[in-house]
Amino acid sequence: MSAGTAKLNVTVAEVKPINDLVTRFKFVRTGGGDLPTFSGGAHTVVEMQDGDITRLNAYSLMSDPADRGAYMISVRRDDEGRGGSKFMHSQVKEGMEMVISNPVNLFSLDLRAKKHLMLAGGIGITPFIAQMHQLSMMGGQFELHYSVRTASLGTYAEELSAQYPGKVHIYHDDQDEAIDLNTLLATQPLGTHVYVCGPKGMINWVHGTSEDMGWPREAVHSEEFLAPASGKPFEVKCAVSNKVVQVGEHQSLLEALEAAGIDAPYLCRGGACGQCETNVIGYDGKFLHYDHWLTDEQKAGGKHIMPCVSRFEGKTLVLDR
Amino acid sequence: MSKTVFPPSIKSRPVYGELEARAGSGHLMIADAEGAEAILDLAKSADAAFWAKAHIIYIPKGTGTKYSSQLEELGAGQYYAGPSYEAAQSRIRRALLDCHMGTQVYLTGTESLMGQAMAEATAAGIPHTAIQTEHRGSTARRMQCVHCKGITEDVTTDPFECSHCGLSLFVRDHYSRRLAAFQGVRVDAEDPGNIPEKVELFK
Repeated sequence: MSAGTAKLNVTVAEVKPINDLVTRFKFVRTGGGDLPTFSGGAHTVVEMQDGDITRLNAYSLMSDPADRGAYMISVRRDDEGRGGSKFMHSQVKEGMEMVISNPVNLFSLDLRAKKHLMLAGGIGITPFIAQMHQLSMMGGQFELHYSVRTASLGTYAEELSAQYPGKVHIYHDDQDEAIDLNTLLATQPLGTHVYVCGPKGMINWVHGTSEDMGWPREAVHSEEFLAPASGKPFEVKCAVSNKVVQVGEHQSLLEALEAAGIDAPYLCRGGACGQCETNVIGYDGKFLHYDHWLTDEQKAGGKHIMPCVSRFEGKTLVLDR
Repeated sequence: MSKTVFPPSIKSRPVYGELEARAGSGHLMIADAEGAEAILDLAKSADAAFWAKAHIIYIPKGTGTKYSSQLEELGAGQYYAGPSYEAAQSRIRRALLDCHMGTQVYLTGTESLMGQAMAEATAAGIPHTAIQTEHRGSTARRMQCVHCKGITEDVTTDPFECSHCGLSLFVRDHYSRRLAAFQGVRVDAEDPGNIPEKVELFK
C-alpha cells in the first residue's frame, strides 16, 4: 500500500503523440470536479491493468500546478522496458477510465533559492515544465538547459523556447552541442540551486562536478526513477505473513509481494524515496542493490533491501513482511 | 587559546566544528580575535593556490596586532583588518554579493562574530550546513533581551543587566539564528527584586 496516498479515479481526456517516442496523456477526474493541487516536480503513479498483470509506473506531472482541471504526463516509449510505457502507448485511449495516485513530490523546488538552474536530459524535461509554470507565476528566477538527441526528438523544446524566451537553452547531441557544465556552475550567483533530471550518467556528472567545484550538497537536486531490473527468479520467505513468494524474472520483489497479497509500503516505486525499505531477517546469498536510498554501508550490511528495484541471488532470503 | 568544548545543551544552541580547507572557487574567511589561530592552523594544509583565491576579513578585538602580521603573510588575495564587526559588515555584504556558488565560507572566533556572519551568509543564499565554523577565544555571549529586544554584547555573567532597559536577565542557551543572539529573560519576573548573585560563567 502506498503511504498516505488515496487513489484518484480519472478519465483519459486526450492522447496526443508529440514525436516518434513520446506521447502525452491528459487526465480529468471521472465524474467531474477538481483534482488535488500539486507542486512542480510531483509525480503520480499510474495503474495499468495489462491482462493479469497490474503495472504501476511513476510519471512526473507536467501540467500547470495551478490548473486543477486536468493533469498531464508525457510517456517515452521504451521498447526494451518491461512493458509499462508500451501499454500506455498502445492500450490507453481517450475516454478510458484509469486509476492514478495522489501527487507525491520527491523533486520539489527549494523555494529559499534565489535562482533555479535546471538541467534536463531527454524525457527528464517533464518535471521542469510544471516547475517553470510554478516559478513564472511566482516571479521566480530560473534558467533551463535542455539536452536533446535531435531537434525532432526534442520533446517540447520549441514550445518552451517560445514560451520562456531567453531562459531556455537547447543542446542537440547530433550537432555536437553539449551543456558547458563547468562554466555554468562557476558563474552562478550565491543562492542558486541546481536541479537535474535525465539519464543516470547526466545526474552523476552534475553531482560529481558540482561537488568538485565546492557546491553545497543541499543546493544540488536530482530525480531519476529507476525501472526495476529484470534478473534471475528467486524465492523469498516472508516471516510476518508466513508466506513463501516466488519473484519472477521480469517482476520486481515489490510486485511479487503485492501479487501474493502482502501489504507492502511504497511511494515512488523507483528506488528514490525510501518508503519501501524492508528489514532482512536472514539470508544466504547475494543482494543486487539498485536503489539510490540505502547508504553503501547499509547495502554492504545485508540488513535492508528496497523491494521496488533491488533483487537477490542465492539460497534463502527472509524478510520482515 | 585552544578550541572550546561546550557542554551538551538544547537543540537550538549552535555547535561548532573545525575548519578545513575545502575545494572551492573562492574562500571567504571571517574571523575575530583568537579566531586568527584557527586560520593559521588551517594554513598548515593549504597551498598558495588556495590563498590566491582567499579573502580574509579580520577583527582583532582585544588581541591588537598579535596575529596581524602572520595573517598578512599567508598571501590571501584580499586581506582586511577592521576595528569592529559593525565596521566590517558592509565589506562582508559586498564580498558575498560578488562571489559565486562554489565559494567556501569559513567563520571563526567568538560566537557573536560567527553568528552574525552566518546570518549574512545564509541570507546571501548559502545553506547554513555548508558554512564551516570553529570557536576560538572568548565564550562571552551576544544576548537579546526578550523584553525590550535590545542586544547586549560580550556578556560574561549570569544574570546580567540589559544594556538597554536595565532589567536583570537570566542567560539562556535558547539561540536565535536570525538575530545571532542568545535569549535573556528577566530573572526576577515571578518575584520582583529577588535577583540572584552574579556568577561569571563566560570568559
